[in-house]
Amino acid sequence: MEEILKVNNLSKRFDDIVVLDNLSLTVKKGEVVVIVGPSGCGKSTFLRCLNGLEDIEEGEVLLGDEKVNPNKKNLSKTREKIGMVFQSYDLFPHKTILQNITLAPIKVKKRNKAEVTEEALKLLDRVGLLSKKDNYPRQLSGGQKQRVAIVRALIMHPEVLLLDEITAALDPEMVREVLDVVLALAKEGRTMLIVTHEMAFAKAVADRVIFLENGKIVEEGSPAEFFDKPKTDRLKRFLETFSYEK
Amino acid sequence: MDFNVIKDYLPLYIKAFMLTIKIGWIGIALSLGIGVISAFILHFKIPFFSAVVKVYVELFRNTPLLVQLFFVYFGLPKLGISISAEACGAIGLGLLGGSYMAESFRSGLGAVKLSQTESALALGMKKRQLFTSVILPQAITLSVPAVVANLIFLLKETSVFSAISLMDLMFTAKDLIGLYYNTTECLFMLVIFYVIMLLPVSVLGSIVEKKARFKMFGD
Amino acid sequence: MGFEVLLKGNNMLRLLGGLGVALYISLISVAISIFLGIILGALMTLKNPVINVFSRVYLEIVRIMPQMVLLFIVYFGATKVLGLNLSAEVSAVIVFSFWGTAEMSDLVRGALSGIDTIQYESSAALGMNTAQTYFHVIIPQIIRRLIPLSINLITRMIKTTSLVMMIGIVEVLKVGQQIIEANRKSSPNAAFGVFATIFLLYFLACYPISLLSKYLEKKWEN
Repeated sequence: MEEILKVNNLSKRFDDIVVLDNLSLTVKKGEVVVIVGPSGCGKSTFLRCLNGLEDIEEGEVLLGDEKVNPNKKNLSKTREKIGMVFQSYDLFPHKTILQNITLAPIKVKKRNKAEVTEEALKLLDRVGLLSKKDNYPRQLSGGQKQRVAIVRALIMHPEVLLLDEITAALDPEMVREVLDVVLALAKEGRTMLIVTHEMAFAKAVADRVIFLENGKIVEEGSPAEFFDKPKTDRLKRFLETFSYEK
Repeated sequence: MDFNVIKDYLPLYIKAFMLTIKIGWIGIALSLGIGVISAFILHFKIPFFSAVVKVYVELFRNTPLLVQLFFVYFGLPKLGISISAEACGAIGLGLLGGSYMAESFRSGLGAVKLSQTESALALGMKKRQLFTSVILPQAITLSVPAVVANLIFLLKETSVFSAISLMDLMFTAKDLIGLYYNTTECLFMLVIFYVIMLLPVSVLGSIVEKKARFKMFGD
Repeated sequence: MGFEVLLKGNNMLRLLGGLGVALYISLISVAISIFLGIILGALMTLKNPVINVFSRVYLEIVRIMPQMVLLFIVYFGATKVLGLNLSAEVSAVIVFSFWGTAEMSDLVRGALSGIDTIQYESSAALGMNTAQTYFHVIIPQIIRRLIPLSINLITRMIKTTSLVMMIGIVEVLKVGQQIIEANRKSSPNAAFGVFATIFLLYFLACYPISLLSKYLEKKWEN
């Protein structure tokens, strides 16, 4: 399969703390990679580097054969191809749901408004929120907002989708409705990099799971190996924190 | 209270009222212009101009309008810069208000969450699109309460215009009291005209403020 | 440019004395405002309908009535209507306290109602009684919120006292005018120097206080 995203020897420091330590990763087209690890292990920073929200100090990130460079002028062009959804949804509070979705395709991609609107409505329908199109973000629940945020990223037709702890801020009963959308996206062959704390979800959605600690990939493998036969002690200990025994 | 006196004085008060709101609103328009420009300069950290704006804002926020007016009206002519009392009132109010508006708009711009910027960038927006379609509309809404407070504050400040011999409401009231001693009637009319001038702004302002808050935070 | 007139005789001292009068009036008014404002602000949180109506009307009056108009009403009106003969200084203190109390009470109400109910509940859950809850939990938080804002009120009060010259109090602007008048022949440009100096004096009086208020606000933000 075609390689779509390539990270070579990426390193990053905040002052004296090493956040990413010589990290390399290749993602193939249609692959779903889930990244797990303790808080502060650098998973979010890693995702943010991939679309240039963080400076890349050492190493490189390649999307296809294009280099992601935070200092380059056409970074916004690269970003059109990498969708990202954040923990805090960050819908634009001054725009309706429909406007939230159509803003970027119209302004950034200069696409035809009618055509974009039609597509937006279709996507909204898919995530079950068509009836909310004229509402404002404040009128939606967290789970609904996050589904809109996913649609807002999808309508840009990204080659890769980055999901940064998208259920971490949600009430437990809303987690499912968001993750179902992501599962459906995985089924249709979207390339995704997902940072999450939901282990059951990771198991269900991933083609490959990566355990990140102290800015390094400690272990990676298929969900079956990863969760059922972890090789390293560190991963074993990490996974144990998610299970309870009496 | 003698209503004949009130009737007699009414035309004088109306004239003074018109002058007060004219200068007041010209000054406020100036202050909005100065405030917006200053806030942009501060927000984008434009070198040199940023420093100038900072000094300006601190100077005018930390001195009374009356002193500013005296300096401009009585002081500057000694350097050969003479302006009419009306122009002086409007400019003085504009400069004072500009320093307040600058602060309000700047903090509005600063109050837009960083994550809004990030998610707009992640959608591929350029700096310019980010500013005009995401930051600016939110910043304007966020600065509404402070701007409304400034409007009311500035309209009230017009009451010091009389000190530079502008024939405004205060001047008229003081003049008439001095001439005819109809203190009660004169003060009554003074209050009424200030209520006419400020109550609508205060009430409308509260409504707009509530709307803005709702728009941003939904409560 | 007219600055030389300030070096003559005790002119500069007189000017500073004038500023002293303004500062004196504002400090007395601030002290009264803080005291009354805390009481009224606390009363406002009781949600008593009578107090609510009264405080809303009071705050709205202060919100829309220029202090200058209030000064005129008290100084000229009180004599006429009530037959009281208030000095200009007393009138000024009354008006500025009337204004300051309103501002302060609103700040106190805001600070009090800004404290999350969970703070009261968790104190109760820890077994504290009401007095302990207020003394150890609520009041320290309120003080941190209020101090920067009350300091800010001082600068606003100082700026507002410049108005008292309009009812004949001899403060810094009035002294300035007298100096300019007395030296009309020898220093025709005195108006520039004197008013520029007064401008600067006010700035020097208010700016450090503004800085302090900003600093404390930042420091105690969380």
